[in-house]
Amino acid sequence: MTKQEALHIYLLRMGDDSLILGQRLSQLCGHGPILEEDIALTNVALDLIGQATLFLEYSGELAEQPKTNDELAYLRLEKEYVNAILVEQPNGHFGDTILRQFLFDAYRKPLLEKLLDSNDERLAGIAEKSLKETKYHLRHSSEWVIRLGDGTEESHERIQNSLESLLRYAHELFFENEVDKLLIAEGIVPSAESIFPIWEKTLNDVLKEATLTLPKNNWKFQGGREGRHSEHMGYLLAEMQYMQRTYPNMEW
Amino acid sequence: MKDLNISKLEAIFQQKIDDDVKIEPNDWMPDAYRKSLIRQISQHAHSEVVGMLPEGNWITRAPNLRRKAVLLAKVQDEAGHGLYLYSAAETLGADREKTIDDLHSGKAKYSSIFNYPTLTWADMGAIGWLVDGAAIMNQVPLCRCSYGPYARAMIRVCKEESFHQRQGFEVINKLAEGTIEQKEMAQDALNRFWWPALMMFGPSDDDSSHTEQSMRWKIKRNTNDELRQMFVDVTVPQAESIGLKVPDPHLKWNEEKECYDFGPIDWDEFWQVVGGNGPCNKERVDARRKAKEDGKWVVEAAMAFANKRNAKKTA
Repeated sequence: MTKQEALHIYLLRMGDDSLILGQRLSQLCGHGPILEEDIALTNVALDLIGQATLFLEYSGELAEQPKTNDELAYLRLEKEYVNAILVEQPNGHFGDTILRQFLFDAYRKPLLEKLLDSNDERLAGIAEKSLKETKYHLRHSSEWVIRLGDGTEESHERIQNSLESLLRYAHELFFENEVDKLLIAEGIVPSAESIFPIWEKTLNDVLKEATLTLPKNNWKFQGGREGRHSEHMGYLLAEMQYMQRTYPNMEW
Repeated sequence: MKDLNISKLEAIFQQKIDDDVKIEPNDWMPDAYRKSLIRQISQHAHSEVVGMLPEGNWITRAPNLRRKAVLLAKVQDEAGHGLYLYSAAETLGADREKTIDDLHSGKAKYSSIFNYPTLTWADMGAIGWLVDGAAIMNQVPLCRCSYGPYARAMIRVCKEESFHQRQGFEVINKLAEGTIEQKEMAQDALNRFWWPALMMFGPSDDDSSHTEQSMRWKIKRNTNDELRQMFVDVTVPQAESIGLKVPDPHLKWNEEKECYDFGPIDWDEFWQVVGGNGPCNKERVDARRKAKEDGKWVVEAAMAFANKRNAKKTA
């Protein structure tokens, strides 16, 4: 594997995480629990679609046969998407949506911070722009986890259940294979090892303030990074790819 | 004695209106003026919020990343408009949640156009171009409305609406210059949205119950028919310029009056849709009601949390 091939795949992961989570959040537009929150979640969706656009654009340029970001976003097979399974999980109730977001933001923020020092200038640039947005996302999602955890009995129970069902997908965010090893050696990306403790500390701090407890079941799911997704993914793609599949080769 | 004071206050109020001095929240105003404004502003707020739904219907299917981002931004703007319009209504003493409950119970109205379904991607173009275009016609004069907070909200809303209108026209234009399927999609959207867009200006002047008083109070600056005519005159050449046909066999340029003559509007359809029998009335209100019901535990949690924190602070 060359450095270029590795970076292509790494950027695809970053892009797919943003794209699929952005797609999920955009399903909620117009249906948020209160208007202010509708605006906030739509804003997060918009930022993520913007980040996906940049990551996929760069990834596409590095592909063996160059592709545009739209081709990558809309015209791959399910097994060719390499987002973490966490981000494709359905929105569920507001607590599920917020907890999914929190688990992701708490990983994405330290990752982007470390990518600022990447030897790849363009990647560092995308990280810098994204970081401004992701800092806000993490603040927003942590505040809600705390509010719901330490709110009413009902909200506490609901978000505790969200944690029970979603935490098992979070570990995949720290997946590594030869792609990462090569890029870490080149000083282009940080190791999962350097991100995980920061993520774990954020998680523990927020859960403590939210009066939530870590689930006993520590089962760890993975597969998304290697193209093996959950049953939800096919439907998400069918919807997202509808226009491009129904009307191929047209400009919009 | 009291009557005398009121008639004095009314005279001062009307003088301000006549002198184009803005009425502000703490100024004295007749009850009917306040009620009329609350009705109009909250209807407008509801229209923005319900209006998120037909476009929200296509965000997840937007054909490329750029269109998806633009559509998200647009729908988010509409939520923002809803927020500041609810705030403007609150300056008149309206309670936001109660106003929203009136929407959910069917008591309060919103723009009928949002009761039509969005069936293809081209509808995103038609809505931006025609619906936001008609909204601008309605709203630009409201920037000079006699009630200060409403007029100021409208200045900001209009700026964003004109961006929406341009992006809608760009969407439809792109289709009109595209493949046969895309052109057909664009024409079909124009066919379905043209008449409902004309209906957005409300009943004809002869049948409009609120117009006369609203004009005297300078809440409204033009009649429904005047605005409708302006919209037709601006929009027909736009359709022609991109090779689309306005679905009105009676449409004809009138040399003498220097405007377009257009065919009769199906007012039965208008009143049916206003009365709740449009294609999507039930879906739209149900969706808003469900959002509030599903969010109830979230709001309760936020309040409980805030109370706990405040108690800690004071302890």
